[in-house]
Amino acid sequence: MSETFTKSMARNIYLGGSVFFILLFLALSFDTLGALPKRDNRQNITPQVALGKKVWEENNCLGCHTLLGEGAYFAPELGNVYTRFGGSKEAIMGFIASRPVEGIPGRRSMPQFNLSNEQLEAVAEFLKYTSEINSANWPPNVQG
Amino acid sequence: MQFQSQAVAKPYFIAAIGLFIGQILFGLIIGTQYVIGDFLFPEIPFNVARMVHTNLLIVWLLFGFMGAAYYLVPEEAERELFSPKLAIALFWIFLVAGALTIVGYLAVPYATLAAVTGNDLLPTMGREFLEQPTITKMGIVVVALAFLFNIGMTIIAGRKTVINIVLLTGLTGLAVLFLFSFYNPINLVLDKMFWWWVVHLWVEGVWELIMGAILAFVLIRLTGVDREVIEKWLYVIIAMALITGIIGTGHHYYWIGTPEYWQWWGSIFSALEPIPFFMMTVFAFTMVNRRRKEHPNKAATLWALGTAVMAFLGAGVWGFLHTLAPVNFYTHGSQITAAHGHMAFYGAYVLVVITMISYAWPHLQHNAPASNGRAQLLEMWSFWLMTVSIVFITLFLTGAGILQVYLQRVSDTPLPFMVVQDKIALFYWLRLWTGVIFFVGLCLYVYSFFAKGKETLASS
Repeated sequence: MSETFTKSMARNIYLGGSVFFILLFLALSFDTLGALPKRDNRQNITPQVALGKKVWEENNCLGCHTLLGEGAYFAPELGNVYTRFGGSKEAIMGFIASRPVEGIPGRRSMPQFNLSNEQLEAVAEFLKYTSEINSANWPPNVQG
Repeated sequence: MQFQSQAVAKPYFIAAIGLFIGQILFGLIIGTQYVIGDFLFPEIPFNVARMVHTNLLIVWLLFGFMGAAYYLVPEEAERELFSPKLAIALFWIFLVAGALTIVGYLAVPYATLAAVTGNDLLPTMGREFLEQPTITKMGIVVVALAFLFNIGMTIIAGRKTVINIVLLTGLTGLAVLFLFSFYNPINLVLDKMFWWWVVHLWVEGVWELIMGAILAFVLIRLTGVDREVIEKWLYVIIAMALITGIIGTGHHYYWIGTPEYWQWWGSIFSALEPIPFFMMTVFAFTMVNRRRKEHPNKAATLWALGTAVMAFLGAGVWGFLHTLAPVNFYTHGSQITAAHGHMAFYGAYVLVVITMISYAWPHLQHNAPASNGRAQLLEMWSFWLMTVSIVFITLFLTGAGILQVYLQRVSDTPLPFMVVQDKIALFYWLRLWTGVIFFVGLCLYVYSFFAKGKETLASS
């Protein structure tokens, strides 16, 4: 780099640039928090949804699946599974409850998590709530 | 070694490499599970093995960063470390806490681990990369604060260089941003939004400061180029990293419920994110070309140049590949993401830690500027084996990703996820065998530490 561009100029770009963009990021984040109530389906967060999220987390579902595209890529996207299963919570519950303990020979299989009926209903309700978040029309189609 | 207390870096580097081996072994397990679905099922299900794979990566990189800081800060500050005893105590606390967490993952079902560790009191578990029990997270915070205190006190009492100030800034940012891992609202959109404040602002923010500082430190020693020149480069690189990377967080806010304007902010700023990585490449090559001395540690120079190039390819090019919102609409959460993740982490962070180890180890172990010729040759072989492997792993996953996106999301008759997975299995097989080659390279790397040369060691 040329001699006319000094170290203190470089330092000022670093400090000034960082501070400016941190403040801009905070401003945008603040604006986002204001815009979320219309998008994030918070009116449907019930104690059951809260339990469902907890069951979701405490069984590390994200270790295989994606949820709104984030997680592991080993098993199907679940942000829209409620839609994919025809809007049926029973179908979701039935699928989770019926996983074989010893798996399926040679194939990927979801573990049997031995969830109670209350936990199964809560997870299904959580996935229904998730499917109703405004995700800007993602995923492109029902296959996720 | 210029200062006795730099020796505390040694156990950190050993632990880092040990955990690196574990990370790759679990990578091979999940790579196998991709093609033989019931491999180790139900004893080690995929989600557990993956969690071990990613958590070991994070922990060993943290060991590497801390070791690098303990080696680098005394030399830059021109004084002994504030408290070597504290550094050694923190090493054992961090290692035991980390080991217990991994044992917990493997020994009991995750739900049991959550119950035993009191996740009810402050639920923070079950989110990608932040799967650690809440109590482990608290331990990480305590270790991080005590570590910052130790190197902060060293810097305050000593010479303040751009390198150790930038490093300290990056490490402080790392610790502060980690605090967001304790914020886990029930509202999924808020949860995801602030989860990225840890994950994105780490790897595309403050970690780049750490990486830049380590690279600058090593390049000053290896090339003998004037500190003023290198520090100027460092400032410009980290300026660009933060200017592009902070708003670049927006590329994670396209489809998680956050407003659509992030598609513009995220696309524009993250399209600029390759710039700091490109500058890092130009920087590294320019400094080596303008070197004022021939440093005997050729291997360290190779690792340093490799870091710059691979970080640019993995984080820069493969990041840009799917960062624009209209592209990301199709690629989000596919094997394209996995391809990018592998090369970016390897190129930027794995390699920068190994660069530091490669430079520091001869000083720590032999009190010499370089290892013997044979050990260096082995190191270089391991560099090429691991680097070429990761390039091919990335290419195979990219191939898998393109097919996956087309079959599942673009074609007129989109197929279900599992059907598509079967169709692209060939690429997963290729990835797995390439992973085996990577492991061979890693074994060679470990062996290089024990290789005896014919010539006598160069004396310092």
